[in-house]
Amino acid sequence: MSVTELTTSGPTTTAHVVGRVEEIPPGEGRTFVAGGTQVAVFRLRDGSLHATQAACPHAGGPLADGQTDVDVLVCPLHLYAYRWADGASTSGAPPIRLFPVREVDGDLVVEVQPVEV
Amino acid sequence: MGGRDRGMTTVLGGRLDGLTTVHVDDELDTHDRLVVVGNGMAGARLVEEVLERGGDSFRITVFGDEPHGNYNRIMLSPVLAGEEHEDDIVLNSHEWYADNGVTLRAGTRVERIDTAAKQVHADDGTVTPYDHLVLATGSYSFIPPMKGVRDDAGELLPGVYGFRTIDETRAMLDAVGRCRRAVVMGGGLLGLEAARALQGHGLQVELVHAAPYLMNVQLDPEAGAILKRSVESLGIAVHLDVFATEVLGGDRVTGVGLADGRQLEADLLVVAAGVRPNSDLAVRSGLEVQRGIVVDDQLRTEDPDVYAIGECAQHRGEVYGLVAPAWEHAKVLADVLTGADPDAEYHGSRTATKLKVAGVDVAVMGVNTPERDEDEFLVISEPRRGVHLSVVIRDDVLVGATLLGDTRKVAFLTQAFDRGAPLPEERIRLLVDLSDGAEEVGVAEMPADSQVCNCNGVSKGDICGAVAGGCGSVGEVMDRTRAGKGCGSCKSLVKQIVEWAADGELTEDPAASWYVPGIPLPKPELVRAIREHELRSVSAVFALLAPDGKDDAKSKMGLTSLLRMIWGAEYAQENDAKFINDRVHGNIQRDGTFSVVPQMKGGVTTPAQLRRIADVAEKYEVPMVKVTGGQRIDLLGVRKEDLPAMWADLGMPSGYAYGKSFRTVKTCVGSDFCRFGLDDSTQLGIDLETRFQGIESPAKIKMAVVGCPRNCAEAYVKDVGVVAVGNGRWEVYVGGAAGASVRKGDLLATVDSPEAVTTLAGRFLQYYRENANWLERTYDFVPRIGLETIRAVLLEDSEGIVADLDAGLQRSVDAYTDPWGQDGKQPATPGQFRPALPLIPLPKVPVR
Repeated sequence: MSVTELTTSGPTTTAHVVGRVEEIPPGEGRTFVAGGTQVAVFRLRDGSLHATQAACPHAGGPLADGQTDVDVLVCPLHLYAYRWADGASTSGAPPIRLFPVREVDGDLVVEVQPVEV
Repeated sequence: MGGRDRGMTTVLGGRLDGLTTVHVDDELDTHDRLVVVGNGMAGARLVEEVLERGGDSFRITVFGDEPHGNYNRIMLSPVLAGEEHEDDIVLNSHEWYADNGVTLRAGTRVERIDTAAKQVHADDGTVTPYDHLVLATGSYSFIPPMKGVRDDAGELLPGVYGFRTIDETRAMLDAVGRCRRAVVMGGGLLGLEAARALQGHGLQVELVHAAPYLMNVQLDPEAGAILKRSVESLGIAVHLDVFATEVLGGDRVTGVGLADGRQLEADLLVVAAGVRPNSDLAVRSGLEVQRGIVVDDQLRTEDPDVYAIGECAQHRGEVYGLVAPAWEHAKVLADVLTGADPDAEYHGSRTATKLKVAGVDVAVMGVNTPERDEDEFLVISEPRRGVHLSVVIRDDVLVGATLLGDTRKVAFLTQAFDRGAPLPEERIRLLVDLSDGAEEVGVAEMPADSQVCNCNGVSKGDICGAVAGGCGSVGEVMDRTRAGKGCGSCKSLVKQIVEWAADGELTEDPAASWYVPGIPLPKPELVRAIREHELRSVSAVFALLAPDGKDDAKSKMGLTSLLRMIWGAEYAQENDAKFINDRVHGNIQRDGTFSVVPQMKGGVTTPAQLRRIADVAEKYEVPMVKVTGGQRIDLLGVRKEDLPAMWADLGMPSGYAYGKSFRTVKTCVGSDFCRFGLDDSTQLGIDLETRFQGIESPAKIKMAVVGCPRNCAEAYVKDVGVVAVGNGRWEVYVGGAAGASVRKGDLLATVDSPEAVTTLAGRFLQYYRENANWLERTYDFVPRIGLETIRAVLLEDSEGIVADLDAGLQRSVDAYTDPWGQDGKQPATPGQFRPALPLIPLPKVPVR
């Protein structure tokens, strides 16, 4: 997949176009790479977009394969749930990282901190 | 007894020499004078209870017949047996009385009460005035009339002992070294304990009991007979239904003469033939005495300032010989006297007691036999093992239980007895744990660190901690601790622990009756609403039935299953409402890869199939190929993106080894090859799997068919198990399990053709699909509904729904499509098989 560097929206993050909105079916998530960082991007049924780290902090489960609702994301391996609002776990796991994500003309734009290579 | 002094004159719980207590001049003290006659379990407890309620307003005097402080009379048996030192059974020493400003007149007997002048006269000539008087005189060993039991002075013949006080215990301990043979009179609790203790000192012991069976007050004849065998097996001879009429020996006991003429040799005789309330003092003082001193619900005698508690009191016709009622008396009376609760009343005790008598565990509560025609009475008697268990149930409430030889269920029974807790529908569960995953020990007795939820490593202590921390319902505790959120097999135990820890403070968890957490409806109402509004997609269900129309991630999978069950092919598919396993038709593994299990009906395969599987495994570099427990072949560690191509290369349908659905039918080799096979189990297994393939259900469904009762394919422990029994007949078992729980299935029916098996299995499957809660396995479902009900519904059509069940199942059978064949050709959603992880190289899990 092609990763195009767009604009930098701040001193510490870089915005990346990771794919098209229609690549994510409603209510599901897909994993992308944004500037060397794996991110899981979700499109909820209400149209909202969310981006998180791709692996569950509990046991490395693929979060993009999880189930979602308007409040939380549930990891498929052991059903730990994480809030969209702040990334906190509702069941005692460490929190997940959230990334700003938005749609620009059908493109998915995710902002991540640049990875030192 | 170590080097500690056990002289006959030692005062138990005595005070150091030289200590005195300064008393304020009585005339200057205006506090009420509380006088307690009796310093035993009841009297001393009353003083404690009064002090606890800030009883500084009383000047308290306690008279004790014995010279000792207050000691634990229940523990005299262990002291006699040498298991406890007498110092360790002291409850309140003389020091304690002094420290608390209580005057202890130990070794002083009260002879008379002048109720008019409100004074007690003691045997040392003193007169003590009172404002409130409490009689706690207890009881004494009853010595039945026997020739020669007393000497000329009226004292017990040397070598004859009662078993009631520390002094009697000390005297016996002093004598055992010089004695060889002991006779114990009385086969009640105390007699049995004395016999066991004396035997432990090397004496040859015989026990004489006037009633036809041991412990006749607590046990029924059958239990008594079993106890006799256990006692005899310890080497104690037991003589029943016979009186001792004579004590032999001139100045010292040499034997006992029985009513039937036999003579038993003995140099030590213990008389434990029951106790009688010490009521002489009350009689002499003109108070009403029947069997005991008569008191009202505030423990008051007919004199408004005189009370009686403990074993000497008779309340509503009952005289209790146990410590628990005595302590309840003390509590109520302390409330009344101190004004902590002037209206406190005592309404009798439900006595439950658990003890070890002569090495045998015994627990008794309430009545021991049915008393009314409608009483339910359940008895389990295993004489060879020394076990006898019984319960008496009246109007669905436990009114009595007797446990002999096995008291594992005492915690639950005591709760049920004390609080009238609901009883299991299958009464036998009151007495034994059926091995179906129900908990094995009473939760009260579990140590705090014992692990309850093995999946998430949650201990009993963690659960109790969550309750203490404010979780008010089972659901909240499960959310907080994650207990029960793994395989779910511990849920019922978690629930019991939460209920026990909350001790009745539990709020009813409304969500407990809902089918899924996100829709506030039980399953029948939910199904009705879905049908009525023709809701065919999960999002439509949320929009109409969820609070504020909000979706809920943890409810989606259950709703998908339910909609597919209701609508069959007319269900509107939404992939996001499915669990990942159902989206990609494989079971997700710990590293995010999947397992591929092709269908292999009845566990039967062909060389061509095996060759294809081998080729595919090599082509896709499958890290592990394994034969499953369900008689299939599992290709493990498959990348998500490889799934469609693999399915195409395999050319075999999905085995549904991932879904909450019908999985597989295990079979044995049946009658074609097996020399024992009674019928063609293999073909029936293949037919069942063909019919039920892919059918979703509240939880997974595993079946097996075996060709004879040797059960090689384990049909007895399947959700549906079929066993050929010859002559074309088949037994159909339901509700079996051999996973996190192990349970033998219940025999639903024996039918006479493979077609009848298929019909009945389908009917059961549909009944389960329509009525089970989400994730409720058949091994929980069948006991919950009850086998009798299921039989009535499925075999006799008691609810007139059999035709609907058959039609409902047929709709699902008709809706079957192989998900691999379908999605393999045309993905259901964009990127259905796109890798979720890793997109950049990560450490790999080791390959075997």
